[in-house]
Amino acid sequence: MLNYDLVVVGGGPAGMAAALQAKEEGVEKIVILERAETLGGILEQCIHTGFGLHYFGEELSGPEYAGRFIAEVEKTDIDVYTDTMVLDVSKENVVTAVNNKDGLIQIKAIAVVLAMGCRERPRGALSIAGSRPAGVMTAGTAQKYVNIDGYMPGKKVVILGSGDIGLIMARRMTLEGAEVKVVCELMPYSGGLKRNIVQCLDDFGIPLRLSCTVIATHGKERLEGVTIANVDEKLKPIPGTEQYIECDTLLLSVGLIPENELSNGVGIELDRVTGGPVVDEYRETLHKGIFACGNVLQVHDLVDYVTEESKIAGKGAANYIFGKKQGGTFINTKGINGVRYIVPQRVNIENEEDVKLYFRVGQVYKGAKVVVECDGNILSSKKKVMLAPGEMENVKITPEMLKNMNENSEITVRIEE
Amino acid sequence: MKYDVAVIGAGVVGSLITRELSKYNIKVALLERANDCAMGATKANSAIVHAGFDAKPGSLKAKLNVRGVELMKVACEELNVPLKNIGAFVVAFSEEEIPHLQELLERGKENGVPGLEIVYRDELVKREPNIGDTAVAALWAPTSSIVCPYELTIAGLENAVTNGAEFLRNCEVKAIKQNNDSFTLETTLGEIEAGIVINAAGVHSGKVAEMIGDTSIEIKPRRGDYYLLDKSQGALAFSTIFQCPTKMGKGVLVSPTVDGNLIVGPSAIEHDDGDNVETTAEGLETVYTSAIKSIPAVSLRNAITSFSGNRAHCTADDFIIGSSEKNKNFINVAGIESPGLSSAPAIAEMVTGIVTELLGDVEKKSAFNPLRPAPVRFREMTSTQRAKLVEKNKAYGRIICRCETITEGEIIDAIHAPAGARDVDGVKRRTRAGMGRCQGGFCGSKVVEILARELNVPVNTITKFGGKSDIMYDKTK
Ligand SMILES: Cc1cc2nc3c(=O)[nH]c(=O)nc-3n(C[C@H](O)[C@H](O)[C@H](O)COP(=O)(O)OP(=O)(O)OC[C@H]3O[C@@H](n4cnc5c(N)ncnc54)[C@H](O)[C@@H]3O)c2cc1C
Ligand SMILES: Cc1cc2nc3c(=O)[nH]c(=O)nc-3n(C[C@H](O)[C@H](O)[C@H](O)COP(=O)(O)OP(=O)(O)OC[C@H]3O[C@@H](n4cnc5c(N)ncnc54)[C@H](O)[C@@H]3O)c2cc1C
Repeated sequence: MLNYDLVVVGGGPAGMAAALQAKEEGVEKIVILERAETLGGILEQCIHTGFGLHYFGEELSGPEYAGRFIAEVEKTDIDVYTDTMVLDVSKENVVTAVNNKDGLIQIKAIAVVLAMGCRERPRGALSIAGSRPAGVMTAGTAQKYVNIDGYMPGKKVVILGSGDIGLIMARRMTLEGAEVKVVCELMPYSGGLKRNIVQCLDDFGIPLRLSCTVIATHGKERLEGVTIANVDEKLKPIPGTEQYIECDTLLLSVGLIPENELSNGVGIELDRVTGGPVVDEYRETLHKGIFACGNVLQVHDLVDYVTEESKIAGKGAANYIFGKKQGGTFINTKGINGVRYIVPQRVNIENEEDVKLYFRVGQVYKGAKVVVECDGNILSSKKKVMLAPGEMENVKITPEMLKNMNENSEITVRIEE
Repeated sequence: MKYDVAVIGAGVVGSLITRELSKYNIKVALLERANDCAMGATKANSAIVHAGFDAKPGSLKAKLNVRGVELMKVACEELNVPLKNIGAFVVAFSEEEIPHLQELLERGKENGVPGLEIVYRDELVKREPNIGDTAVAALWAPTSSIVCPYELTIAGLENAVTNGAEFLRNCEVKAIKQNNDSFTLETTLGEIEAGIVINAAGVHSGKVAEMIGDTSIEIKPRRGDYYLLDKSQGALAFSTIFQCPTKMGKGVLVSPTVDGNLIVGPSAIEHDDGDNVETTAEGLETVYTSAIKSIPAVSLRNAITSFSGNRAHCTADDFIIGSSEKNKNFINVAGIESPGLSSAPAIAEMVTGIVTELLGDVEKKSAFNPLRPAPVRFREMTSTQRAKLVEKNKAYGRIICRCETITEGEIIDAIHAPAGARDVDGVKRRTRAGMGRCQGGFCGSKVVEILARELNVPVNTITKFGGKSDIMYDKTK
């Protein structure tokens, strides 16, 4: 059995930022365990630009953004195991992993940071009727075929879902000579970033059909076409609006699910809305000494926020390792009236630093107010030009505000139109 | 090529027949039009080894089902295929349906099914806490089991090939010439000669019989749609939950699978194209609405895939097994709808009996080995076993499918096994790589790479399931 102060599971931007922050705080023995051949996580296949605008103040590609962190990690004495899959995290913080060089590895850790990222929602979750031929895949899989393996997965493409990966793949496939016929989105709005809709669809004349979905796939061996239809307010297909579209490829960009099998294994409580663990402001889960950050905690669309969140987790893990800041009085945060969820779900009122509450709204709002309230007192109220499900928002809670709270308090965030 | 026996169709029936025949000193070939075995009804059914109370007493279905249950235990043990004896309930949802249970109980007794009894709501709820509110009573069949139908087929074929049988894939029989004492099969792989032909072509068995002018078999395909739910839902039912059967089949069931998922289905839709396995929104809707009557907690949010299979329903309403009237050396094994999987080992026994009688003096192979070694299953091992395994072979230390924890070593084994995997779905059926929640999203491209490397072919020639099911096209610019 190996011994480390901190074990970081997953070497994407989240894992690396958490490890680096912990190092900066003075933690000595740190190891990152990564399943893939290299550090970098999902960013390694995102060769488009648009990363780091907030954090580095410049536009980088995915691999460039990851590269900066990889270089930082290499400068430190943080141990890195790549090609190493974590199989299990025990209640006693023993991490079991396996690779093809060292075989089975067991590590006793004081603290663990979970940074396993997320996976794409597959077709089954949608129950599209029809055949199951080759040529139906998630947008991320297609991205890997094109950007890493260098092969085109198809020539005539329909994309279901207007999440960011779908939008980016619409552009990428077009640039590679494929014809992207349409992007269908079930909801009356896109779940992707505004800038991606403009740069990936509008600039290439690719139609985006809102309130529209794929109801069936056709073709026995390779996909030959799909049937699309408009949907009503209850998201049910409207009879008579069916349209057949010939295509050999259907890309799905219908959402991401945090990768929490390991968290489930430890018995960590998950938030039903985010699909990630319930955490406090240092991203500590309800299991002592286990922290979570990045897409495993909540699905992010901007890597900059991933980095920010993960540094907080790294700091929290360091505090835990040094025995600082144990205990306290935790109160809950709650999203109501249009706010789908809040991370962190709990806050320690004895905290002496600013706490940012991140949240997403459930629909598009124009000119609405974000109101933060506790025990009948309005803590803040801010008007926003635009709020959309695709963009993560945040509000700040100061130590001064926390001082007036007690163990029965609850912080709510809501939208007022 | 000349064979003593050519078996057409590598479903569970053809594969187990081939294995049974490989016990004798004869030359046997199994001809399959697809790129792998188990590509027909065998890969898309309910996977239940029925107890045998449903079939009409005296029918071949009844006889072979009950005998099949016995032989299945032996076969699964020899082939190292998991068989789980979880039992089954047939549920009555109103007082009016109770006589129906009584009838099934009587029929079962007549067929020789042991242990049947009727239980009432209190007992039922104790054993199936998630059962629907309207369930009043149920027939309990303790000998009902579950098995993975394609795993059984793959294992049986693997064992047959180990014992000298040949497996010819991508070999579609297009026409059959009858010679004096043999047949010439015209196939996509050229001409093949055989002394005896066994027609185990599933939903196409009528068409294959017609190739020798035998028009006695009329198959009416009946499609059944299914949902498969995530493993987190596997414990919603502890045994197989049937509803009272109708004319169209055994109705919609809810059952755990051997791998711990929950299977829900099938619908029953008659149509003409036995190769059409497109699910329909209506079919899936029926499945869902019927299933929640049995287990209201079934939620489609946890569906990981949907699929459908075609029952080879025969207008004669029983299995048709025996020499064709047109030619005694042409043996039909047709109309093998449910309980075809359950009966398969018994069908193999019966057909082999017919073959050996036709051949007269045939010797048993002294070297026949009935055992098929269990494949490595990393996910089921303890830490100590895993450590030892990786020590011996590092390929077992590289996890390819993260949802199901499948290693590169297991995938390599599946490719190099006798009658091994040649495509992505073949690897999936043998190892479960890509069968988990993400449905191959992460590991699909890695499996393609490993297949290409191990088979020594370019990556863009690897398909999802043979034919034109290409995954990648040209290189990017
Ligand atoms: C396709 C795509 C396009 C995007 N486009 C943009 C964009 O244009 N601009 C932008 O700013 N942001 C973008 N994002 C968002 C942002 O880049 C991601 O949210 C961010 O990379 C998430 O970081 P992470 O470390 O949480 O997850 P990941 O990057 O997914 O890293 C998780 C790592 O954990 C590893 N892992 C998982 N399980 C195990 C285990 N059991 N053992 C060992 N290792 C394990 C994985 O292999 C992976 O490397 C995009 C995201 C995606 C998915
Ligand atoms: C919806 C459904 C549910 C069922 N549930 C159960 C159950 O719970 N329990 C049970 O016992 N049974 C069940 N069954 C029945 C069982 O699945 C079948 O009886 C069994 O799989 C039939 O196997 P087979 O080998 O005869 O046919 P198949 O598996 O269909 O195999 C026939 C093979 O022949 C090949 N072929 C066809 N034509 C040619 C040709 N010209 N040349 C070469 N190859 C050819 C096909 O490609 C195919 O691989 C169910 C069936 C269905 C459809």
